[in-house]
Parts: sequence; C-alpha cells; structure tokens
Amino acid sequence: MSTSVSASPFTGLDAERFSMHLAQRSYLPAWWTAAKQEAWNEFTATPMPARNHENWRFANLGGLALDGFTVPEEHASLVPHLPNFPHAKEIIFSNRQVVGRTSLSRELAKQGVIFAPLDEALRDHPDLVRRYFQQHPVNLGSEKFIALNIAFTASGTFLYVPKGVKVDLPFVVQHTITGDKQSIFPHTIVALEDEAEATLVEFFVSGDKLAHLASGVNDLHAGQNAKLTYVGAQNWSHETLSFQANSLTAQRDARITCLNIHLGGRQARHESHSRLQGPGAHCDMLALTVAKENQEFDQRTLQSHQAPHTTSDLLYKNALLDKAKTIFSGLIVVDPDAQQTDAYQTNRNLLLSDEAESNSLPGLEIQANDVKCSHGATSGRVPEEQLFYLTSRGIDPKKAHELIVFGFFEEVLNKLENEHLHAVLSDLIQSKFKK
Amino acid sequence: MKPPTELEAPVAENPAEGIDQSAGDFTYDVKYDYDAGAGLTENTVRYISDVKKEEPWILEFRLKALQTFLDKPMPTHWATKDLNNIDFDKIRYYLSQGQAPKRTWDEVPDDIKKTFERLGIPEQERKFLAGVEAQFDSEAAYSNIKEIVAKEGVIFMGSTEALREHPEIFKKWFGKVIPTSDNKFSALNSAVFSGGSFIYVPPGVKVSQPLQAYFRINAENFGQFERTLIIVDEGAEVTYMEGCTAPKFSTATLHSAVVELVAMKNAKIQYITVQNWAANVYNLVTKRGLAHEGAEIKWIDCNIGSRLTMKYPGVVLKGEGARGEVISIALANDGQHQDTGAKMIHAANNTTSTVISKSISVGQGRSTYRGVVHIPKHLKGCKNNTECDALLINSNSRTDTYPAITVRGNDHAVQHEASVSKVSEEMIFYMQQRGLSEAQAMSLAVNGFVNDLVAQFPMEYSVELKRLIDLEMEGSVG
Repeated sequence: MSTSVSASPFTGLDAERFSMHLAQRSYLPAWWTAAKQEAWNEFTATPMPARNHENWRFANLGGLALDGFTVPEEHASLVPHLPNFPHAKEIIFSNRQVVGRTSLSRELAKQGVIFAPLDEALRDHPDLVRRYFQQHPVNLGSEKFIALNIAFTASGTFLYVPKGVKVDLPFVVQHTITGDKQSIFPHTIVALEDEAEATLVEFFVSGDKLAHLASGVNDLHAGQNAKLTYVGAQNWSHETLSFQANSLTAQRDARITCLNIHLGGRQARHESHSRLQGPGAHCDMLALTVAKENQEFDQRTLQSHQAPHTTSDLLYKNALLDKAKTIFSGLIVVDPDAQQTDAYQTNRNLLLSDEAESNSLPGLEIQANDVKCSHGATSGRVPEEQLFYLTSRGIDPKKAHELIVFGFFEEVLNKLENEHLHAVLSDLIQSKFKK
Repeated sequence: MKPPTELEAPVAENPAEGIDQSAGDFTYDVKYDYDAGAGLTENTVRYISDVKKEEPWILEFRLKALQTFLDKPMPTHWATKDLNNIDFDKIRYYLSQGQAPKRTWDEVPDDIKKTFERLGIPEQERKFLAGVEAQFDSEAAYSNIKEIVAKEGVIFMGSTEALREHPEIFKKWFGKVIPTSDNKFSALNSAVFSGGSFIYVPPGVKVSQPLQAYFRINAENFGQFERTLIIVDEGAEVTYMEGCTAPKFSTATLHSAVVELVAMKNAKIQYITVQNWAANVYNLVTKRGLAHEGAEIKWIDCNIGSRLTMKYPGVVLKGEGARGEVISIALANDGQHQDTGAKMIHAANNTTSTVISKSISVGQGRSTYRGVVHIPKHLKGCKNNTECDALLINSNSRTDTYPAITVRGNDHAVQHEASVSKVSEEMIFYMQQRGLSEAQAMSLAVNGFVNDLVAQFPMEYSVELKRLIDLEMEGSVG
C-alpha cells in the first residue's frame, strides 16, 4: 500500500523530489530502489526528442515540455465513478493513492491469483514482480518518459494468474488525476502463466480542465497457450500531456488482444511493442481514437516476429474532427528465422473536418522470405452515400456523422467478444461526441 | 589514344541483348583532354566552368552550391550507413575528351564509339528513336535528333550545349524544381554538373517516338553528375528514356544526377529509366517534376545493379487536375541495396497520383521502398493510390517498406497497400516438371511478378528489362 506522508508540496520533477520519493519507499526491495535510481539517472541523461529523430517525425515537440509539473501529495480525493459492468475485481487510484478496492474472491486467492497495487506486490511477492518487471522494454522513442515513469512509479498494479487458471470476468483498474499540474506514473504488470486466461481493463480519467502529466508503462506477458486481453481506455482532460508504453510478449501458442481507446489529452503519445516469441503465438493490436479540437495523438507500434509460425494483426482507426492531428507510425519486423510469419497492419483515418490532419507511416522490415506480410493505410472522408442515406431518413447531419463513426469503430469493438465491455466502451466514446 | 585494353566483342544484333549485364562490364583506356583531378575544391569548380567557357552566372551558381554541399551534413535521418564509405577526396569530378558532341557516329572518337556500339546504341537509334544523346563520363560524345522532329521546334541537346545556345529557356527553369539545397547530393550536382539532356517541346507538339539518352561511366573513381532539364510546353507531349551502365571496378564510383521536369498546362511527360549500374556504383539521384494545370508526369524507373541506389522520383502537382505517376521496379542482388520510392506532393485541387512499386530481393540483396504522399490543407478532391509489392527469392533476402502519408482535410481519398510474398514452391515445381531449370523457372516467376508493369513500356524496353531480369536471376537461386 502507498503510505501517506506529509511533506512540503512538490514543485517539479527534480533530484530533490526524486530523493524524497525514494525515501518514502524505503520499505521496498533494494533491487526496486536500484531500478528507480537507474531510471532517474537515465531520465536526466537523456535529451528531449529532437527534430531529426525518426521516431518523432511529424510530432509537436514543443508540447512535450515537462516544466512545472509536480508529483502530487498522496492524499485521497474524490472517488471517481467506475463504469458499471460485471467484473472480477477492481482497484481505484486517485492521484497516487488507492482509494477503492474490492478484495479477491476466496476461490481465486486459493488458486494463487494475485491482483494488488504494485507497492503491495513488491512487498509481498518481490521475486515474482521482478521476474516480469521491464523484461522487454519498449524502445520506440519515449525512453526518456519511460525512465521518468519508473523513477516515480507509485500507483501501479500487479496481476498474476498461475498456470492453468482461467478468470472469466475482467479485472478493472481506474487511474484518476486531480489538482492542477499534477502528474501520475502508473505501471501495470500482467503475468499470465502457461494455459492461464484473464482480462484487464484500465480506465484513465481526469474530469476537470486542469493540466496534468500522465506517463504509464505496461509489461504484459502471456505464457504458453495463455490468453490475455488488455483494454486501456484513456479519457484524460483536454489539457493533459500523456505518454503510454505497452510491452507485450507472447510465448508459444499464446493469444494476446490489446485494445487502446484514446479520447483525452492535449497531446497523447502511445507506444506499443508486441513480441511474438514462440511458434503459434498471436497478437491482435487494436486502437480507436477520437481526435477533436487541437488534440494530437501520436501512436507508434512495432510487431516483432521472433519465431516461426507467428501471427499478428494490427488495426488502428482514427476519427478526426476540428483541427485535430493524428500520427500513426507502425513497423512489422520479421526476423530471419521467423519463417511462415503472417502479419498485417492497417491504419484507417476518417477525416471529418477540413482542418484535421492525419499522418500515416506504416512500415515493413522483412528478413525471411516465406512470409505473408502486408500493410495498408487509408485516409478519407465520410462516404457521401452513407451520409445521404442517413440524412434522407431525417437524421440530423451531426448525428449521422456520429453514427457513421460508430459503424467505423464497430469492427474493432467486436473483436473484444465481451458485450458488457463493448457497451461500456461505446458509451465512453459517445460521451466524447457530447462534450 | 591507346587501343582498347580487351578483345572486342561483336556488336549484338538485338539491341536488348546489347545492353546486358556482362556487356556493360568493360572499359577502354581513354586519354582524357580535360581532367579536373581528384578531390573537390573551389578550383575544381572553377576548372569545370572554365573548360566549359560558362557565363559568370553559372560559375556563381556552382560556387554557391559548393558551399551548400560543404555545409550540409551527410543525410543521417534514415539513410543507410553505407553512404559514409563515399570518399569525396578520391573522386574525379570532370573527365572529357573535349566538350562538343558529334552529330554523326563517324565523328565520334573510336574508343568511345566502340563502347556505344557494344551497348547497341546506334542500332537502337536507327530502329525506333527520335533522337539520341550519348554521354561518356562528363560530356556528351554524340547528340542528334531526327530532322523531322527538329523541324517542329523540338530542342534536344546536352545541357552544356543548351546553356550556351538557349540560356533564356534554361535559366528560367534551372534549379526551380529542385533547389540546390534540396539535399547534399543535389548541392553536389549543382556544383560540378556536366552533361545530361536538355529538351524543349513547343506548345502542341507531340513527339511520337521516344528521345533517348545513354549515360556511360568509363573511368575508375569517377563521379558522373549529369543535369537534365525537360520543359514541355502547353499541350505538348514527349517520352524520354535513359539508360545507364558502368564497368565493374574495385573502387567506388559515384553517380549523382539531378533531373528536373516541367510540364506546362495539359502537357504530358513520360520519363523512363532503365539502369544497370555495376555493383560498385553509388547511385544517388534527385528527380522531380512540376505538373501544371491538367498536366501529366509519369516516371517509369527500373533499378537493376549498383551498390546503393537512393532515388525517389517525385511530382509536385501544382496545377488543378494535374496527374502524377511513378512506376518503380527494383531488383537487388547480393551486396546491393535498392532504396527507391516516390514522392507525391499535392499542391492544387483535384490532383491525382498513383505509385506502383515492385521490388525483388535476391540472395542477400536488400530492397527498400520509401515514399511520401503529402496533401496540405485547404485542398479539395485529391486522390492518391499507392501499391507496393515485394518479392523475396532466398531465405536471407530482405525488404523494407516505409511510406509516409500526410493528409489534411476531409475531401480526399488516400490509400496505401503493401504486401510481401515469395515465389510459390508449387509454381517452381510445376515449371521444373515441364523441363525448365530452377533458375529459368525463377526468372519466369519474377518476370510474371513485374509483367503488368513492364507491359506499359515501349516494346524495346520491355524486352530489355526482361532480359536483364533473366541475367540477374542466373545462378542466384539456392
């Protein structure tokens, strides 16, 4: 559990704050403290992204400045409302503190399932956490911000499902930020042992119009023949600067489905790296983005096929309104011995305004010859016929656009195969149009 | 003048057979009258300008470009590290046997004439061309245009000549499509350019037969920097084809051309390149066309050979309704990297562009597609369609695809599709059952892969390309 320590309010992300942060966690394992120290050193040694950095092509570098953000004091604030749908267990964080939590059923606990705040798991299961923590770091340009996350991580979640255990209902985590210029650094570790099955859904919310900094990192592992579903639904305030890095590893015959929904933030960068490490491994990488006003969503992906007979499918869909901007830069890399790879990558952009801008950089690097790999990108407007069809039936053009966007997104939401979750996420997306 | 250093081969009957891989791999020991020496300094640039008896504005342009070249870092953004192996101090920047091109093959010095005879150029000229220019190292050795074409006011000559004879047209468009500072190699070309073609087609004139230029590198450690400028006036049309070869040397050779095309209102330009550089050539070329209202520019770009090719022909679609097209075929064999692609810059309403790229990687060859599609804001009705297909022949071949697509506004349609595949084993098996060797079967499969594109070429060129593919595929399977 995180501890409440009253200290003078932080005013920035400097060495003094970092020392204080470490001091408050002296009870945690030494390896963890060392990892944090190393990350802090890396953060200070790494320059901010520069114009000539290919991994930041088209991005607004001016918007990345971290000046003025603070690490919040760890006090409980309003308990946010969690969407209502059947789920296994939940943990709710407000700023850096756990403010709501249901306990694990006796049955799941007996089977060895662990679902706990990261600080608690570090105390109770340090070796287990260490086995999965940052084993496969994401390396797509945001290294500086990932280092910052590790240095300051306090709100994190650890989900461990032992061999052969299958959990039907999703685990749910909610992160919220309150207070001006506050920052949070969630770190989620999901470890599914061989044959295990589980779903984790994370909601990221900040309801007010204040400026926030959010930098999250996920380590998601699926053992042999395991089935992992991860959903991250981000709906930060419109002034939030957000970074998120997802690392996904799939062993032999494992299946991972990873869906990220991007709604909030002034500038939101999302990196996702999947590694198919054993034959038969499969990963679905999905994303839906509604970009409005002056929002910028920057998505970088990498599908690494490291073993033969692996498959991956990426589908990122963006709907752009107003002066919003999206960047999708994806890469499929097939290693020389990853024969019989089957990999796809698709980015579709629906431009709903004259001033919106979509950038698409779908890439392939193929070093094996017996493979099926393809990528595609489209950018276009709402089909006239569809719009005509709806408006001629008396539907208001604005509503018609919304319906068409929903039709466009439906293909992705259907892949979740969970109607409750589908409904919750649809509502969330709809709320963005009402704002 | 010394005699040829190797036995003469008979001139091929078929022009296509004349331009094969081995036919390009020979050299004559030529005595050069003009030689700027190795390395690049202000004096090199002054020497070239002096030999060419240029007007002061050209020297000024060159010297400014030299400074830009020196100031600009090597591209590191995404470029391959192999660029760092170019030794600019060892390269010879100007070599010629006099700068005036001959009008008949009889006047061309024997050693140079033999080179082009072995490559089958005079033969092709008689058969199907409207005009030919043949460049040997830095200058055109031969330049001629059919009388009937010249009568219509079509100008076709080397850039060196054109700068003297038509400065008014030249100056108006020179460096306007590709500014000197576009990249380090366009700056280098602007400093030391020599040779290349100049074409002007007057309004309404449609040149029915293709004009051809042939670029030959003979000397070792040489840099060829031709500069081509093609202006096709309102409603006029032209097809231009270029071919390139160089012998194999153990040292690196640099070829760094700048090609600018201007298609005025409703004009059409088709620019075809079939290059078969030897495996020591760095081929770093900047090619771009400017398409005015209703104009059409089509690049057909076939890259075989070279050590490293970096070439992304582009079209700036400047006028309403302009059309741009790039058809690109690349074949990368062992030790070769074909880094090719296309740029489509939409700058007016209702402009459309198409990119079709097919690459084949053989052995340890590496092919890369790099593309840019740009639709800026406040335009209406722009369309782009890009298709990239890669074929991998051996298990250690490699291919990369890196397109970048930027679209602003809600009234456009942009589509990019790419795929990677290999030659199916069943297909090879069936062909072998019918008595073909594995290599023959593979050639046939590769030819099938590019067939729909090759069908768009003038006949003679499609034959040549198919033959080049056959030669490249020989002994490459396994």
